[in-house]
Amino acid sequence: MNRASLLDLLKHPQRTTALSPRDWTEFIATARNANLLGKLAQRLHEANVSVPSAPLRHLEGARLLSERQHHSVAWEAQCIDASLAQTDTPVVLLKGAAYVLAGKAAGVGRLFGDVDVLVPPGSLGTIEIRLMAGGWTQMKSEEYDQRYYREWMHELPPMIHVRRGTVIDVHHTILPLTARNHPDAEAIIAHSTPLPGHRSLRIPCDEDLIIHSMCHLAHEGELHNALRDLDDIDSLLREHTDSPVFWDRLGDRAQHHDLAAPVALCLMLVRQFFDTPVPESLVLRLAGTDAAAIRRLARLYDAAIVPDPEGRPPLRSLAAQLLIYIRSHWLRMPPRLLVQHLSRKAWQRLTLASGTSPKNEQGA
Amino acid sequence: MLDTTLRIAPFVVRVRSPFASVLEHLEFFYRDCEKPRDAFVDFDIRLLPGRGAHRFWRPQARFLVDDQNPFLPLPVNQAAPMFEWGLNWTIASRSLGFVVFHAAVLEKNGNAIILPGFPGAGKSTLCAALCHLRGWRLLSDELAILDPVSGMLIANPRPISLKNTSIDIVGQFPGARIGKRYLDTRKGTVAHAAPKLDAIEHASEPARPRWLIFPQFAPREGRQVSRVSHAEAFALIGEQSFNQERMGEIGFRALCALLGNVDCHQIEYGSTSDALELVAQVTQQD
Repeated sequence: MNRASLLDLLKHPQRTTALSPRDWTEFIATARNANLLGKLAQRLHEANVSVPSAPLRHLEGARLLSERQHHSVAWEAQCIDASLAQTDTPVVLLKGAAYVLAGKAAGVGRLFGDVDVLVPPGSLGTIEIRLMAGGWTQMKSEEYDQRYYREWMHELPPMIHVRRGTVIDVHHTILPLTARNHPDAEAIIAHSTPLPGHRSLRIPCDEDLIIHSMCHLAHEGELHNALRDLDDIDSLLREHTDSPVFWDRLGDRAQHHDLAAPVALCLMLVRQFFDTPVPESLVLRLAGTDAAAIRRLARLYDAAIVPDPEGRPPLRSLAAQLLIYIRSHWLRMPPRLLVQHLSRKAWQRLTLASGTSPKNEQGA
Repeated sequence: MLDTTLRIAPFVVRVRSPFASVLEHLEFFYRDCEKPRDAFVDFDIRLLPGRGAHRFWRPQARFLVDDQNPFLPLPVNQAAPMFEWGLNWTIASRSLGFVVFHAAVLEKNGNAIILPGFPGAGKSTLCAALCHLRGWRLLSDELAILDPVSGMLIANPRPISLKNTSIDIVGQFPGARIGKRYLDTRKGTVAHAAPKLDAIEHASEPARPRWLIFPQFAPREGRQVSRVSHAEAFALIGEQSFNQERMGEIGFRALCALLGNVDCHQIEYGSTSDALELVAQVTQQD
């Protein structure tokens, strides 16, 4: 199953020709692993493509699940809002929850797990206490994990609701405090708009929503959601393709957030993968003198993003994945901290692997 | 290296594994299943050796489905039961439009009994007894698969999972075929009983839910049967559901419709023969 045929199916579902059972097997498994099954299902459904009954079961199941998750996230937003309204702090929704509740095309058919929110740093203590009073509790009990999140990363450790089992990630900045770039989280909050029907919940402006998604992708070490994220970005950008002013604003905003290079990288990738009509002038403007280096990085991502249900990508992709993994940590922390953290994690993994209790894995 | 594709109704499952125990397990329990060529594969399962340095002194088996790794590894001698547990997990957690809950399902004359599975209730022993001693057709020993559109129960005939003392009891039933015993699993000693041929041959025929029976093995209480209200049954089934919550409104309506069509009873019994009589009394079937 190559990436190009999966992307073709996503971009042009109406062009789907008769596929063999083996093709369907590979499409479904690959799309599921890339976390794109819900979106694929939705697009094939909207394009009225006739699908044989066996693969249709998987597609309709994913479509049903995404509809259900969208109901759940709306309810979850109500619950979060009810718990945090009294704090009188702005709570900005990010990523999947924001796409769905703001009615973005990027949310249609999208599957997701956690709700991510951004709050002002000074309000973290109050927010954590209000959430605990509302039934959320800490998931990571190990002292090292707690310190990792609170001191070095940009969020509270994830909190899980004791009854609903839902997870909320509370961020107070966009990148770790130890990271090299310093996006302006306060500006994201300042430019957000209230989510109708809620007291504290807000949605970022479109430029920030897009830049946040790009920033996330460019700093993420694991690429198994990369195609899904690029598809999100493609959908978000396409809402504005007719507006030249939008592209200028996006460029200004990227520079304001100290994220010109990551945004340039993602613009190159989304253009290459999804044929998004991105103006070349914007890419050149943001890449600036780093253009050659960013192009090399884009080629690395191109080699690394190989959706593959067997989990056995070619050596070249593995090498690219490893480089991106190392780079992501490099961007996140100073070298000494990085070595400490990775060796600590390796030890945890080694000791965990010898346990026998079932692990509960939820795709994020 | 084993690489086989089996029709385990209503799914097509590909299994790959280097372990001889997995091959033996499939040959013993799935010998009557069709091996389709060029069919759509629902679940691509691999059981592979564990990774890491400890493989040299404590070899483990890993379960992968479509390259996802939902469990921690188990000791390598449990690779075959791990296939069964992993396949159960896969069917229950994959979103395929079915409501899946933990229960045994058996059919006679098109009508089905549902036996929800609370631990220690004796569900699997009773299920095996109904198949081997009373001629009920096995739809499933673990997973009730409800199609919300038709309201029918879908068959997934697989080995009946037996624990500890129930292994010897079922082993004495006429026609019972018991596989290898696995000692010291998290559930104690585990073995499986093969489904009868009729269960495989008629696997494509769904069954109409007619009776919901909550079995309760209670050696000192004597035998008795009591009605269970639909509201109580709904709550109990909800506890046993793997994905009703994820199925949302469709799942809720499907369970309501199911309860509208079944008689709900609880039976308490101290022996298999008592249980069989009580089931006959409730269902009016021999």
